[in-house]
Amino acid sequence: MNAIVTVLGHDKVGIIAAVCALLAKNNVNILDISQTILQGAFTMVMAVKMDASCSVGDLRTQLEALGQEMGITIRIQREEIFDAMHRI
Amino acid sequence: MLNQKDILSTIEMIDQQHLDIRTITMGISLLSCCDENPQKALMKIYEKITRYAENLVKTGEDIEREFGIPIVNKRISVTPMALVAGASHTEDYAPFAAALDRAAKACGVNFIGGYSALVQKGMTEADEKLIRSIPKVLAETDLVCASVNVGSTRAGINVDAAALMGQVVKDTAAATTDRDGFGCAKLVVFCNAVEDNPFMAGAFHGVGEAERVINVGVSGPGVVHHALQAVKGQPLDVAAETVKKTAFRVTRMGQLVAQEASRRLDAPFGIVDLSLAPTPAIGDSVARILEELGVSVCGAHGTTAALALLNDAVKKGGVMASSSVGGLSGAFIPVSEDEGMIAAARAGTLCIDKLEAMTCVCSVGLDMIAVPGDTPAETIAAIIADEAAIGMVNNKTTAVRILPAPGKRVGDTIEMGGLLGSAPVMPVHPESSADFIHRGGRIPAPLHSLRN
Repeated sequence: MNAIVTVLGHDKVGIIAAVCALLAKNNVNILDISQTILQGAFTMVMAVKMDASCSVGDLRTQLEALGQEMGITIRIQREEIFDAMHRI
Repeated sequence: MLNQKDILSTIEMIDQQHLDIRTITMGISLLSCCDENPQKALMKIYEKITRYAENLVKTGEDIEREFGIPIVNKRISVTPMALVAGASHTEDYAPFAAALDRAAKACGVNFIGGYSALVQKGMTEADEKLIRSIPKVLAETDLVCASVNVGSTRAGINVDAAALMGQVVKDTAAATTDRDGFGCAKLVVFCNAVEDNPFMAGAFHGVGEAERVINVGVSGPGVVHHALQAVKGQPLDVAAETVKKTAFRVTRMGQLVAQEASRRLDAPFGIVDLSLAPTPAIGDSVARILEELGVSVCGAHGTTAALALLNDAVKKGGVMASSSVGGLSGAFIPVSEDEGMIAAARAGTLCIDKLEAMTCVCSVGLDMIAVPGDTPAETIAAIIADEAAIGMVNNKTTAVRILPAPGKRVGDTIEMGGLLGSAPVMPVHPESSADFIHRGGRIPAPLHSLRN
């Protein structure tokens, strides 16, 4: 299942490393990353592929905990929601 | 891959513009629960609702987590109870409402709709028993919503029923005096009621519907407002196009959620309701959209035209985005639930007469309006008749959900909390309509040629 991970917050050392490590630990493959600093805010969007053993709900809990720890907002959402809203 | 800008715009809509799925409503037919023995009927009703809707709330929450889109309400609508209870030998219908209330609580939903009667042409004994029990029922239950259809384009208006409902609204307010007449927030009087409406308090599961069905109501006044800010000052056709595109996106999301919920709950997908439903939160107001279009305060001249544009553009965008559109599908203008409407009503710009005009061009009617506690039942019945006439002649759904708050006067405010918000008490015309209402009888169905 494909999902989109978005990370928003103040830039600091180690955000990408921490998020990627957590995804790797859950056997989640990263298909694409785009990262930029928008008006001083760290903004990263990742397209990821999860295997059947991993649920979006579980991963969401872990990512939210990591986000809290680092003082940033991390989300994971199934890709279909963006497809539905932006593609015909 | 998806464009980063699109992804971030969706997240901004959810985070800052209050984009959400307003409700997933499971419609359940209770026709199979009819029984001569009321005790048996009650058992069947409870059992069927809790069996079908057992996983409704959990499924809603799962979808919410996986897709990252808030689903504010999970609800149940059932067959109009007068049709089910009518089979039982009993004078007291309150236990039927209590069974609905218990089932709703067991399922964890926040409202159950369908304590209803359809009396547009005439009342059966069961209809009348049910209607007369409404004040008691709404005072004694927590989650049950009641609705009564008193008119239709094909049948005309049942003025006897409208007169009775004027009294029932008053009695409901009196029965819930300790909560400022809150019971009336759970009571809707319709003309041309629809069978697949997912929104409360007027939802019921029509007899033309399947055994069970999933209907979804989307929302998004904040998103539309934000999109319109980008085309400030441009011609109104540009504004209409902008609303259309935004409504398309919002509805596509609703369609996705509806299909996913339907698949997981093994219940057929019914409709997506395209209504723009406001909340009392800042930035989630329909009134503020009208003001963004250039009307300085909601209620000023031009408001009806702005609302007509908005309502039509939402439908045009939404229809393209969903395989099946239904319910009420239009912009809601519930005064107490809309921060901008509350402000306009407090300022005295928005009055009941203007709201009535606005209901000619949008869904759904005079909604969540507080009026003085000493408003006579006949005046409320006349307000219901006026609104029903608009629905009947214009072939659309209209409704009245009015709160004559006991002991309150113009200038007071009643607080309901949560999504129901707070309602400033608005003035009604003091002149009597009693003789008109006391005539009773029916207003015949209108002619549908020679239209002007």
